[in-house]
Amino acid sequence: MKKIYVNEEWCLGCHLCEYYCAFANSGKSNMVSALKDVKINPRIQVEEGRDVCFAVNCRHCPDPICVKSCIAGALSKNPDGMIEVDTGKCVGCFTCVLVCPFGAIMPGDDGHAIQKCELCTKNGSEAPSCVAHCPNNAIVYEER
Amino acid sequence: MKYVIIGNSAAGIGCVEGIRKTNPKGEITLISSEPHHTYSRPLISYLLWGRTDEERMKYRGDSFYSDNNVDARLGVTVTKIDRSAKTVTTDGGEVIPYDRLLIATGSNPFIPPMAGLDSVEKKFTFMTLDSARALEAALTPDARVLIVGAGLIGLKCAEGIRERVAKLTVVDLADRILPSILDKAGSEIMQKHIEGFGVDFILSDSVKEFEGSTARLNSGKTVDFDILVIAVGVRPCTALAAEAGLEVNRGIVTDVRCATSDPDIYAAGDCTESLDITTGQKKIMALLPNAYMQGECAGINLAGGEAAYDKGIPMNAIGFFGYHIVSAGAYDGEEYLETDGANYKKLVTRDGLLKGFIIMGDVRRAGIYTSLIREKTPLDTIDFELIKHRPQLMAFASNSEKRKKFTVKA
Repeated sequence: MKKIYVNEEWCLGCHLCEYYCAFANSGKSNMVSALKDVKINPRIQVEEGRDVCFAVNCRHCPDPICVKSCIAGALSKNPDGMIEVDTGKCVGCFTCVLVCPFGAIMPGDDGHAIQKCELCTKNGSEAPSCVAHCPNNAIVYEER
Repeated sequence: MKYVIIGNSAAGIGCVEGIRKTNPKGEITLISSEPHHTYSRPLISYLLWGRTDEERMKYRGDSFYSDNNVDARLGVTVTKIDRSAKTVTTDGGEVIPYDRLLIATGSNPFIPPMAGLDSVEKKFTFMTLDSARALEAALTPDARVLIVGAGLIGLKCAEGIRERVAKLTVVDLADRILPSILDKAGSEIMQKHIEGFGVDFILSDSVKEFEGSTARLNSGKTVDFDILVIAVGVRPCTALAAEAGLEVNRGIVTDVRCATSDPDIYAAGDCTESLDITTGQKKIMALLPNAYMQGECAGINLAGGEAAYDKGIPMNAIGFFGYHIVSAGAYDGEEYLETDGANYKKLVTRDGLLKGFIIMGDVRRAGIYTSLIREKTPLDTIDFELIKHRPQLMAFASNSEKRKKFTVKA
């Protein structure tokens, strides 16, 4: 399946992917009202080291430990292989946060459910927003 | 091939999914004492809290049994396993043959002998949907509730019903709450937090006797109550396995493939003992993720595939009144501590490995620590100093498997 990858050599560590992720999932059409004075909680996170930086989001593992561990049956793998969350079923126990080996699932804003990258398939975007808006084309969406 | 599964919770469902990964065709019969479609037991406290409902707490969708071609016999209890005839007998007298069997009978609430318990009118346990509904029916806004047991079940119950009753007291023989997952410092922090929501604790004490709606404690104190919840612990349901002559210690003994001492019978979930890789000891780890993974492993193996359940560790993610704990592994070793009032973190290392942790408050990305324990990653192969404070993938080498899952070369 197509996944989101990052070219470490090109990633500037600008964090724009985080802002575009938060905006795409905010449900708002205006970037200012979505992001201004808001502590963003994006589903993609940039890690910065001394010489290198890269962005991290869900790997949609073929054998997903988050799905196996979910106590509510709220996480599942859809027919395309994408790991999705039913936030209506999720009670926010954070077992998936405890088991994701990449740290790619995080508590949602209200703390009552988790959130994760669903490849912008549920927020009305035509393509993953972090990829579309990466100024350096360091983030790509491709089959590998 | 005829597969029979006894149990309809995480381990039983994991087994169905494991079998179907391996063998789309064989006949699966699933038998469960509870009459309900598969549901998540740990969600019963959220049900009483109003955070979920019976529809949403279904563990799998309505079409699960038909999608997986499972003959589900719900509300039916297996009374006997005949290993020589390879059959199970139900309480309705039906004899069902199997080629391969999974025992996923779970555990039952333990009710210790307590003097005068018979005199208590409204007493409940808190484990199944039916027990939660029974408790709910007794709740009134002016009710005083006494919960015996300050462990995971007792305190989730307290959280679930706190807003629906007038007074809530928790009594435990231990000197601190949640001793199975927290250290002393963590227990104190969480106790203070929960007390802030109007839950009273009486610790290092126990009920000497009940007299109607009064509990007399060993210290001489008395607690008047309207509703009693007994949550002192659970006991694995091993009677069927023991009567069939399978090897049983405290739980049903299983190997790394989740097989019992009979190669055609597997067991998974709360009724079993399995290997804790952080201590090297076999123990009961009655936790839903482990139950699912054992069940899935058993399902793959009993359908002729190859799977190993070889990364089992104790691990818990749980919150009370909005304050969260994640914990994993064993706590015997060298400690790294961080505390700032709102957050608490303890990492435990031994022999160059991360063995366990307790994190309270900010639990983000804790799974990176869990994977270090499960994978037994030598800490000298990563930048452990970097991630003691904040877990991140930067600690892994750029050519490590973890990093390569994210990155591409131009």
